[in-house]
Amino acid sequence: MTTLEDPTAPIAIPIRPDETKVERYERFRLLFRSPTFLLGFFLAGIWVICAIFGNLITPHDPVAPDILSKFEAPSGQHLFGTDKLGQDVLARVIVGARSVLVVAPLATILGTVLGTTIGLITGYYRGFVDEATMRVVDAVLAIPLIITALVAITAVGPSRTTLVLVIGFVFTPIIAKTVRAAVLGESRLEYVQAARLRNEHGPYVMFAEILPNVTGPIIVEFTVRLGYAIFTVATLAFLGFAADPTVPDWGQDISAHYPSINGGYWWPVLFPSLAIATLIVGINLIADAVAQLFER
Amino acid sequence: MTDAAIELQDLQVAYTVRGVDRAVLRGVSFQIGQGESYGLVGESGCGKTTAAFAIMRYLPRNAKIQSGSIRLNGEDMLGMGGGNVRRLHATTLSMVYQNPAAALNPSIRVGPQLTEVFQLLGGAKEEALHRSEEMLHKVQISDPKRVMRRYPHQLSGGMQQRVVIAMALAKNPTLLILDEPTTGLDATVEAEVLDLIGSLRQEFGTSVLFISHNLAVIAKMCERVGVLYAGRLVEQGAAQEVFRDPRHPYTVGLLRSIPRRGVRKDETALDTIPGFLPRLGATLPGCVFEPRCGLAKEICREQEPDLFPLGHGRASRCHFHDRAQELPRIAPVRLPAAHVTNGKPLLEVANGFKTFKQEGQDVQALVDVSLVVRPGEVLGLVGESGSGKTTLARVTAPDEGSRLEMDGEPLAGKVEKRSNEQVRSLQIVFQNPDGALNRRHSVRRIVGRALYKLLGLRGQTKEDRAIELAESVRFDQTLLGAKPAQLSGGLKQRVAIARAFAGDPRIVLCDEPTSALDVSVQAAILNLLVELQTQKGVSYIFISHDLGVVRYISDRIAVMYLGRIQEVGDAETVFGGPHHPYTEALLSAVPNLEGEERTRIRLEGEIPSATNPPSGCVFHTRCPRFLGEICVQEEPPLAEVEPGHLMRCHIPVEELRRLQADASAAAQAKTTT
Repeated sequence: MTTLEDPTAPIAIPIRPDETKVERYERFRLLFRSPTFLLGFFLAGIWVICAIFGNLITPHDPVAPDILSKFEAPSGQHLFGTDKLGQDVLARVIVGARSVLVVAPLATILGTVLGTTIGLITGYYRGFVDEATMRVVDAVLAIPLIITALVAITAVGPSRTTLVLVIGFVFTPIIAKTVRAAVLGESRLEYVQAARLRNEHGPYVMFAEILPNVTGPIIVEFTVRLGYAIFTVATLAFLGFAADPTVPDWGQDISAHYPSINGGYWWPVLFPSLAIATLIVGINLIADAVAQLFER
Repeated sequence: MTDAAIELQDLQVAYTVRGVDRAVLRGVSFQIGQGESYGLVGESGCGKTTAAFAIMRYLPRNAKIQSGSIRLNGEDMLGMGGGNVRRLHATTLSMVYQNPAAALNPSIRVGPQLTEVFQLLGGAKEEALHRSEEMLHKVQISDPKRVMRRYPHQLSGGMQQRVVIAMALAKNPTLLILDEPTTGLDATVEAEVLDLIGSLRQEFGTSVLFISHNLAVIAKMCERVGVLYAGRLVEQGAAQEVFRDPRHPYTVGLLRSIPRRGVRKDETALDTIPGFLPRLGATLPGCVFEPRCGLAKEICREQEPDLFPLGHGRASRCHFHDRAQELPRIAPVRLPAAHVTNGKPLLEVANGFKTFKQEGQDVQALVDVSLVVRPGEVLGLVGESGSGKTTLARVTAPDEGSRLEMDGEPLAGKVEKRSNEQVRSLQIVFQNPDGALNRRHSVRRIVGRALYKLLGLRGQTKEDRAIELAESVRFDQTLLGAKPAQLSGGLKQRVAIARAFAGDPRIVLCDEPTSALDVSVQAAILNLLVELQTQKGVSYIFISHDLGVVRYISDRIAVMYLGRIQEVGDAETVFGGPHHPYTEALLSAVPNLEGEERTRIRLEGEIPSATNPPSGCVFHTRCPRFLGEICVQEEPPLAEVEPGHLMRCHIPVEELRRLQADASAAAQAKTTT
């Protein structure tokens, strides 16, 4: 009967529990229940541990040439065998995770930050800036990614920084396109009109109003791009553009040993290849699970 | 028993959400006789559509039918296998959804989509084609051959819905389920589609389950009605009886929330239903409506009432069904009246033109519009979609030569070029609060930002002011930290209103502010708007397609058609007549709860394209009172026919008055006989 006392009093409202929080928590729970994600998390997790603790968990020194024991087949002593310099392949695979797992995520973060900014600007302002930027983006996308990267790295010389910059820049247009599409959808909503109606500045509308609403597609795009970035880093190393030729690197090791396969020495090529494959599959499984979650 | 087309017996349906079963239908029983039309009403979330989907066996995957039975022509539907269900879909069960555009496949022409239905029934291709044409004729499509070659998107909403209805009736179903079939359509189109459904029902003898939140539509279309609340059928009976003499407090409350019989804000305030629909799956030991019921007693809390039979097929699930109409009012009977000052116009548009470029063609959205908004008044804008209401109201960048002034000062079309004072003075309440509030921001941030931006407030002053604003829109301040997703539709709209009022505006544009809301919530929001207007002395430009709502809240009304103002005047004059023929048609299109037939005018066809408007009077192509050559040749001026009443028509006003009086007398004679 409380409803009858004072009609002007605020109605006692049975508030719903904080559903945004519940939702967020729910997302994590669902993610950790998805077999796809768990498998991906496990695979990628192994390599992340290797990248962090590398030298501490290797059974041998990865950069200790031993002319006497080169090309030894996998055995109890050397689980993955040794390479043409007699270095332990297992040790090099473990330590090699680091070079990929430093460059690729940094490059992806760079690409995501730049791409998000460009996507927000073009999607929000539209008009000439949008047209011009998108044509450039299309032009960049028309050239195979690896060629663009190769040309750029040849021009500036390979180093960890240039690799991050080049891959980051190459990814920017792709991410910009995805973000732009999401922003276009959001801009139609009336909260954006309401912001304009109180004369908010463009940057506020873009970053404070729209950006929080397009984080879903951005996270999905980030995980997908991360897989590609790893692949690109490995490919570039294979082609001779490793970030640092003195440290073990999967792509570089494959490139150094693939001529020896004909001699029956398959192990120095197979194991780094498997490493790349499992890492990328792992990341892609995570990306799939995340995408499924956000697109529901 | 066996003569029922469909019979639901104690149907219980639950949705599994986050691993818990949540009850949606709590034992619903009703039956629909052969050829009978049964309406289901109730606010959103009551389970209307779930009931329909259960009958169709189309329930979403997380839904469970926990108990009960559904019998179609005496055949048990729940025990049926997938193949048999598909057979029923192909032959005896049809459903028409709210959004016809989504119900038709956008990539297949209308012809093949329709003939497929006949081919499924076993017809040869030639015969199927022939029968499709026939069917389109029956749904009053005058040129079936041409329509069949079209893609769905090339047809208007009304045409699309006709095609969907044609597809649904193609198999001559035993039961046709209509789920809000006219909700997205304009009133004039709605009237046509409803007439069509009515006449087809007589022709085919189909049983109909008609779902709508619009009580007047149900009153017009259905013989019997069931009122659904929180998954419970709370009242049932002959439609006219239930609406005339409701026996459940919920029905009483719903009926009191609707502006009808021309009620106005300065006469009687609308009543509302307090509180909220119980959450999905809430456990309700007593009566489902008890928490919101003004008549609730101890027994209501403890004991679930039966569906008491009241004779003549009527029943009410209320312990106090004999006293239902004594339900105490929640809203005050009268709202304080606003003062319209006849002073200087607050906002003035003179010779307003607005042209859009669309695919290289000029579209004239506004043509020679002149209008003033006075301080403290509510100006209602009505007209079908595409008539230019929203364009006019948004007052953005008119064409060169148009004059737009606020307080006698020119008002720039672009917000960036307006003075701070002007930005504060003009704010909007949007139709859909879901889109209008940033779903990642808390209410505090949404309102606070407006206070900061419009008034420059910071810190504690801002917080104090936010609390004050929340109070003024009856928004519990403990909810300031909530995000929009946690709030109900009505609460969200209150937040949107608070934001619009943050900068002490002088004109608030209300663009269909209640059309996304349920009727009881609509009533509360309308009352709130009236109250705020009186307190703060603001003016509203109020757009709505619901004429009852416009009449309730507006002081003056402008009727628009194809970018032109056809009639302006005081609300009572415009509604009382003599009307412009277009206004007359609009009014006659609206179904009313009393079920009485007004003058029956149906507009033919669609609004002509604004790229190529008709010559002379733009309304002449559809005008029910078309005079002749003069209407085709010459555009009538917007002339003052009575003091303060302007109209754009060649027919002299006295003539209109006489014609319309005759017509309504004739209609009355028809209803009484």
